[in-house]
Amino acid sequence: MGALGSRTKQEPFIRVVKKTEISIGKTFLLSLFALIAAIMAGGVFILAIGQNPIDVYITIVKGAWRSSIATKGTIKIAIPLLIAAIGITPAFQMKFWNIGAEGQIIMGGIFATYFALNFDYLPHGILLLLMFVAGMVGGGIWGLLPAVFKTRFGTNETLFTLMLNYIALYMIRFFTEGPWRDPASSGFPKIATFSENARLDRIFGVHAGWLIGLVLVAVMFVYLKYTKHGYEISVVGESINTARYAGMNVKRIVLRTMFISGAICGIAGMTQVTGAAYTLGEGVAGGVGFTAITVAWLSKLNPVIILVVSVLFSMLDKGCSVMQSTFGLSSAVSGILQGIILFFILGFDFFTRYRFVFRKAR
Amino acid sequence: MLKKLLSLCLLAIMVLSFTACGTKKDDSEAGNNSDFKVAVIHIGDPADGAGYTFAHDQGIVAMQEELKLSDDQVIRKNNVNDADAVAIRTAMEEAIEEGADIIFGTSWGYMDTMDEMAKEYTDVIFSHASGYMSNETNFNNYFGRIYQARYLSGIAAGLKTQSDMIGYVAAMGIDNSEVTGGINAFALGVESVNPDAKVYVKVTNSWLDPTLEKQAAEALLDMGCDVIAQHADSTAPQMAAEARGVWGVGYNSDMTKDAPKAHLTAPVWKWGVYYTKAAKDAMEGTWKSENYFGGLAEGFVDVSTLSDNCAEGTKDAIDAAKQRILDGFKVFEGELYDNQGNVVCAAGEALTDADITGAMNWYYKTVEVK
Repeated sequence: MGALGSRTKQEPFIRVVKKTEISIGKTFLLSLFALIAAIMAGGVFILAIGQNPIDVYITIVKGAWRSSIATKGTIKIAIPLLIAAIGITPAFQMKFWNIGAEGQIIMGGIFATYFALNFDYLPHGILLLLMFVAGMVGGGIWGLLPAVFKTRFGTNETLFTLMLNYIALYMIRFFTEGPWRDPASSGFPKIATFSENARLDRIFGVHAGWLIGLVLVAVMFVYLKYTKHGYEISVVGESINTARYAGMNVKRIVLRTMFISGAICGIAGMTQVTGAAYTLGEGVAGGVGFTAITVAWLSKLNPVIILVVSVLFSMLDKGCSVMQSTFGLSSAVSGILQGIILFFILGFDFFTRYRFVFRKAR
Repeated sequence: MLKKLLSLCLLAIMVLSFTACGTKKDDSEAGNNSDFKVAVIHIGDPADGAGYTFAHDQGIVAMQEELKLSDDQVIRKNNVNDADAVAIRTAMEEAIEEGADIIFGTSWGYMDTMDEMAKEYTDVIFSHASGYMSNETNFNNYFGRIYQARYLSGIAAGLKTQSDMIGYVAAMGIDNSEVTGGINAFALGVESVNPDAKVYVKVTNSWLDPTLEKQAAEALLDMGCDVIAQHADSTAPQMAAEARGVWGVGYNSDMTKDAPKAHLTAPVWKWGVYYTKAAKDAMEGTWKSENYFGGLAEGFVDVSTLSDNCAEGTKDAIDAAKQRILDGFKVFEGELYDNQGNVVCAAGEALTDADITGAMNWYYKTVEVK
């Protein structure tokens, strides 16, 4: 006991300490440094596989913006990412670790698909409004569930939301193979393509999801910063006891916020099925719900920065796909390159939040 | 600390600038059709080295050589998830941006998106494997009588089995006539040389899932099967058979290199036969939107080279059966019974291609699902 006690008292060689405050200039500098380091490390990898890094990077950037088709493609990738990241934001602000955006997107898609398949005789505007509300309700319920269990029984929300993702994913499979199977597909499991009437309109050539996304950025910015709800979310996030002491109804705040968080993710699912895919498939979320967590976290939960970061992420995604075919590389290469770049950017993000303290020599 | 980092960066910059002035590919040999481009959308990655995507890509390579296209004239989009309509569209739009004149989509799930895009991009040809959609101007489908090759591979299995129990790892259940028709053709091939043997089927419900495929194969092996055939994309069933010291019949590509002691032969597609024809027609401006359905006669399907694991006399038996098919044997000729005792093909009649690949929802009498 004595020996153990003296060992624990001794200061470790390195300690990680949370930074109190970091200036905007310094953050910017660190981010720039991270970007350069990421590009360097990626460059070494590209060299290792026998390609010219500069050519490859130019192809990536060009690939994302080289034509109006490419630009539209990049924006199309950015839309669900942006909306889902905005959806995650209030939950994370409350320190409710919603890892379930993927499932909430899927449920939004499933609910919207129900109306697209069964009510496509309705007038276009009404049908889309119905689908929009259905998407919100679907995603909202999927967000509300873990919140109910957390507030009632104190369950762990990270695991709960994570596991709900897989339930949602298998629900798509159930509907594809069972009740919603396209009767014209001669036994192959797929859901029919939506009729024109059930498709989201395009604005400037890209489906209206981008406008919804931009509106959500503004609304979320105001909601978190200037409303009573936003203030409550911050207080609950900082300290539940403080919130209680101030007379806030913590349960209600948690339930409400998680419904909103899920509902926004549900909108992402709705825009995906009705605007981009025109059908519901197992790839409807395709990992966007997880990437959105990275985007939201990197952006420090600031909706405006989320907008910028999600466009950058989409550019990388789209550009890497172009790079793969241009240089005739295996698709694993673009995965590795994206991984390297992300690793550095996330790694440096650590330094904007924490610092190392070395043991002083005695 | 900072100094070290800086010097590291400097080093990296130097390395980068050295190689920046590296090589550039020269556009050699392309004739006057050098702006003609072919694109292919793969569900997997040709680098897999075996299986479905690899087989398709071998076809693309054969086409490229035959038509003397340069590397720049072939656009590959790999690992495009066929359950993600957005990913499919993005991949095909990139191919179009890069100047593709004809796009081959190799997976069933690309069908609806190809149908949509064919309407939007009317000057691009869309050609889709295994589906049923097409239009009259720029969208067709291609597939073939793989059941003929499965029948031949059944002969190899029927001659090899000692326990008279043959396992079959199937991707999809009875509803899927592509798979079910293949199982029945295989069983007919087995029966033609070994009337006592039975075919036991296990369904994975997935086109590609090495883990499930391995488990299904092992369950069949546990039952006593000593030849494992498959309609699934990975090599896992063959490797499971090899691990038990028994034999197997692969699919899509010659899997002898993956299971050298077990593999007998595999029914294979020669996609290059179609790709060469379609790309050539597109290049010369004579392409017509007609659906392609090739078989043994066109050289579009075959069995891979018989390995040394095959039983004696296999080659002669298969060659004889091949000749019969070329002479007009339809594989499904009456009188045939399903495993419920119903007549599914009356005496003196034969089933059509459409019946076999599009409407076969019964198992042949020697087939049993486990």
